[in-house]
Parts: sequence; C-alpha cells; structure tokens
Amino acid sequence: MLDDPFVLAGRRFTSRLIVGTGKYRDLDQTREALARSGAEIVTVALRRIELKPGQGSLLDAIDPKRYALLPNTAGCYDAEEAIRTCHLARELGMTDFVKLEVIGDRRTLFPDVEETLRAARILVKEGFVVLPYTNDDPVMARKLEDAGCAAVMPLAAPIGSGLGIRNPHNLRIILESAKIPVIVDAGVGTASDAAVAMELGCHAVLMNTGIAGARDPLLMAEAMRDGVIAGRKAFLAGRMPRRLHAAASSPEGGLLE
Amino acid sequence: MEFIVTVNGAARTVPSGCTVAHLLEILEIDPRRVAVERNRDVVPRQSYGATHVEDGDQIEVVTFVGGG
Repeated sequence: MLDDPFVLAGRRFTSRLIVGTGKYRDLDQTREALARSGAEIVTVALRRIELKPGQGSLLDAIDPKRYALLPNTAGCYDAEEAIRTCHLARELGMTDFVKLEVIGDRRTLFPDVEETLRAARILVKEGFVVLPYTNDDPVMARKLEDAGCAAVMPLAAPIGSGLGIRNPHNLRIILESAKIPVIVDAGVGTASDAAVAMELGCHAVLMNTGIAGARDPLLMAEAMRDGVIAGRKAFLAGRMPRRLHAAASSPEGGLLE
Repeated sequence: MEFIVTVNGAARTVPSGCTVAHLLEILEIDPRRVAVERNRDVVPRQSYGATHVEDGDQIEVVTFVGGG
C-alpha cells in the first residue's frame, strides 16, 4: 500500500475524503455511507436539540473511535455567531477542530471572507484547529494561512450545486504557495470531480451532497472514495504531457509487408 | 417557588434551586449528548450539577445534527 498519509494539524489520516453527515434518509443510511466512503473525518452541524425525548442522535451513528468529528459553523452569518458555535461545539464534541464557515449570501451560500478571516484570527488565538471554508481566492487563502489556520478549504463551486471544479486554475495558484493542506470544500458532484481536485494536487476533498444527493448514496460513497484515491495516485504518478498530435503506442518498425 | 426560564426559545417553569443537571433531567436529555449555554456562556459539562438556573435565564441546549 502507498505510504502517503494525510497530515492535518499534526494528526495523520489515511483517507483524503472528508464527508458530511447531512441530507441522508436516516441514521442507518448515514452510518453506512460514512463506512463505505472510507472517511476518517466527518463534519457535523450544531443545532438546538429537539425537546422530544426518544429521538435518535447523530452521535449514535458516529463511532468516536473511528471518526474524527469536524463540527461546522454552517448557518452563521458573522464572526460572533461562528465563534459562539465553536465554543459550544468544543464542549460537546471534545475536539478543537472546527470547520469555520461564515456565510455572506443566502442564495449562493458564498462565504463572507472578511468575517471568516476575523473569526479565524480569534479562534486560532483560542486554540482551535481552524479549517476555513473560503472562496477560490489565492489572496484570501494566503491571509487565512497567515492567520494560523490548519488548512484552507476553497470551494470548487457553490455548496450543494454539484457543478464540479469551476476554476482549476485558481486552485493551482492557491496550491502553488500554500504551506498548509488545501482541501476542496463544496461543489463536487461526482467521482470525476473528486479525482480532478486530487489530480490538481489538493490534499483532500470535503463533500456532503455529492454523496447524499446521489440516487444511490451508498454506491456513490464508494465511487467518491475510489475517485479520491485514483486522483491522488495520478497526482503522485505525474500525468503524461498533453500532445496535439498522435504518438503511436505500438512499434512503427517490423510491420508486415 | 418556581422560576421561569427560556429553553431553546420557549418559556418553561422550573423549581427554584434547579441546577443545569436537574433541568436536563426534567427535559429527559442525556447530558453526554448536548452542550449547554446559560445567558450566552458555555456551561462546562463538569459544572452541570453546581450551576444553578436563575429566574429569567436564557438557556440553549444544543446537539450535533447531520451537516456538511
């Protein structure tokens, strides 16, 4: 097996696929999709508990020994709300890892990078391992890295859109200078999108709807697992150069006359 | 004597002297599955038994749900 660990904030992981836990039919499907994806890091959201006893808890579906929890701040529109959510998540999840997500627009769910950066600076000082969702903007990626974030997570396309890698060139520019892991977060719609992200040299891919929104989420969980692995291997292998014209694969001499 | 507190946005009557631990018991909530905020400050898990709820408190009880 390839010895190619994914190192995030000093922790070593084998899988480079990070998956969300939203939008599944039920907890059984969530549990099975996570297992088939091979993911070791899973995102969760923080919400008010339903005051109706007897409801199944997501935490029953996620074995804390098997998965590292990555609480998100989805639904937060300013730094203060995001920080408040992180404080609660730390208490609840016993983890310093946070997926920082400060949304700036309800329709596109694009990040408010100004608020994201402001929150990131505060959270880093408070000892959080901050993984920020951001635009595919190399300048903002650099600022987040300078702020002490453990990774930078540019979107490939809007959250839940499944549009794939819309701007591979910007991701390449981010990758060129980043010294922290670059994780594509949002927009991956199918296995080839995940492979493209990895072939570009991204260190990991984070997705939710790409799996949960498939007709068969469990099969897609496997496809995404395989796509990420294939893309990573192709990146490490180094692709052949593109040529405009053909180059025969079979010997040109020794043909029958 | 009773207090009125707001739990997740809804008013609720609790006995005076009620602690966060007792409140969770009344609500039939497993304390290991939640985090609690009292007047916007996180209540550490180990302090549930020692933290008293006061009249007019704003309490938030949160848990993890599916999300991306």
